[in-house]
Amino acid sequence: MNPSLAVIFLTLFSGAGFGLMAMVAVVNDFAIDGALSPLRTAILVALALLLVTMGMVSSTAHLANPKNAWRAFTRWRTSWLAREGVFAVLFYPLAIAYLGWVFFTNSDRDNVALLLGNVTALVGLVTIFCQGMIYACLRTIRQWHTPLVPANFYALGLALGMTVLSTSRLLAHRHDLAMASIACSLLVAAAVMKAIYYFWIGAPSGTTLQTATGFTRGRVRLLDQGHTFGTFLTHEFSNCISPGRALRFKVAVYVLGFLAPIAILLAAAHAGIGFAVLFAPVLAFVGIGLERYLFFVEAQHVVNLYHGRMPGPLPQMHPALRAGAENTARAGKRRLVPSYEER
Amino acid sequence: MRLGLVIDLDTCVGCHACATACKQWNTSSITAPLTDYDPYGKEPSGVWFNRIRHYEIGDYPNNKTINFPMSCMHCENAECVTVCPTGASYKRPEDGIVLVDQDKCMGCNYCSWACPYGARELDRESGTMKKCTLCVDRIYDEALPPEDRQPACVLACPAHARLFGDLDDPESVTSRAVRERGGYALMPELNYSPTNHYLPPRTRPSIPTSDLPRGSLARKVREWVNRVVER
Repeated sequence: MNPSLAVIFLTLFSGAGFGLMAMVAVVNDFAIDGALSPLRTAILVALALLLVTMGMVSSTAHLANPKNAWRAFTRWRTSWLAREGVFAVLFYPLAIAYLGWVFFTNSDRDNVALLLGNVTALVGLVTIFCQGMIYACLRTIRQWHTPLVPANFYALGLALGMTVLSTSRLLAHRHDLAMASIACSLLVAAAVMKAIYYFWIGAPSGTTLQTATGFTRGRVRLLDQGHTFGTFLTHEFSNCISPGRALRFKVAVYVLGFLAPIAILLAAAHAGIGFAVLFAPVLAFVGIGLERYLFFVEAQHVVNLYHGRMPGPLPQMHPALRAGAENTARAGKRRLVPSYEER
Repeated sequence: MRLGLVIDLDTCVGCHACATACKQWNTSSITAPLTDYDPYGKEPSGVWFNRIRHYEIGDYPNNKTINFPMSCMHCENAECVTVCPTGASYKRPEDGIVLVDQDKCMGCNYCSWACPYGARELDRESGTMKKCTLCVDRIYDEALPPEDRQPACVLACPAHARLFGDLDDPESVTSRAVRERGGYALMPELNYSPTNHYLPPRTRPSIPTSDLPRGSLARKVREWVNRVVER
């Protein structure tokens, strides 16, 4: 799939924002480490709102006709995309009410604040689920058609949110082990769950060019795509990544997204490293942003079969096409057919 | 009623006449225009409702070229419609045609992700999704003579490889062709229940030669001379 920055930022930032809101509610519910101060709660909820807004604004950039975006809330009965929109919009008044209550009453431990905080967090978590289901409900893309997708979105959103929360505490208090330990646990859980996903998508799928054309008793090879240059279909679906490059990206995801933030949080909690603790959320966002890039670029739509590409980690191509594809790969371009936007 | 196409892979010659007739009709039709990008340049591209690909089936010498036209299958279980957040994509209950309301589409591409057949293409100029309409503005046009009330691709096909009809009516030309020729749908394992069907190439018995009269002596000499003498 085309790894559009708009959708990468949407899922990355809004997931982190909803995760942060959920962790603020959890920390205040159980008064973990004496709970957050009202001011810190207000700042963190404002930060969650900022992250969600960044995601939502960037998502409109991938609409070709944004003037009709208001209609996207109408088909919530069938469409996960519409449901995501409905819950994301519902999140705003609740989060703003919670933020206002905590800020003006200077209390985040009374019943109204706890109720508002938990309801807001719940709506955020439901939005993450809808966001995951947007991808998981598509039977056309086997790398996405798995329950691991919404599960990963949860794990990564909560881990990112808790990393931000823990960093904000570590900036003010040294030796804040409780928050840092929760953040590290969530990062480890997210890393393990992502590893399960990477193993899961390694298996080939059932759909082949044979079932796609109905000629199931013999070999089917593409002779001609029928067009001399790229089409919407090749632009949107033909991105792929070689196994070696994907492996290097995965190492970067694990080092930047999980290992480095854990190491920085541990160092900050035990020894105190001042403002350098800010590298923990920054590196986590970079690493998990790379994870989201891989999530899109590794996904192979079944329509690629009609263009002669077989299922597998690296689509296998007809020999006639393979030479051209390898040449572009050597030149550092990943596209089988160059984007018709890159002239 | 379940209107759709049946495409005969036995007779399709891969001339792309259906695609060009489709483009010609629909570029001034209800979802017009079908924008072209760089049409006369080095990198021509644009919006098409119908694309023909060419495949080699089997291995030499038992191989065959198959020309494979694909357009919207007007699926029974059209997930492009259920995933659409705006309600722009809809399936008409009366005849099963899947259409996109150009006034409601926000161009999010989500329906194209849900379509396994690559039937939907975004028009970058209008910012909306476009797809085969089964020439809905033509098949019901009472100003046209009855034999012309068919999709443009069907009328244009020089090999009569495209049939149009009601797949719900067991006696329609399409249903009979599917029944008699073993018509099949693409990617049945995805459960989209496409309305369009494909007819496989006919299996023809090889022409027997054993009962041919044996040649005369003069004919044998002539054949031998033809073999050994270089012209």
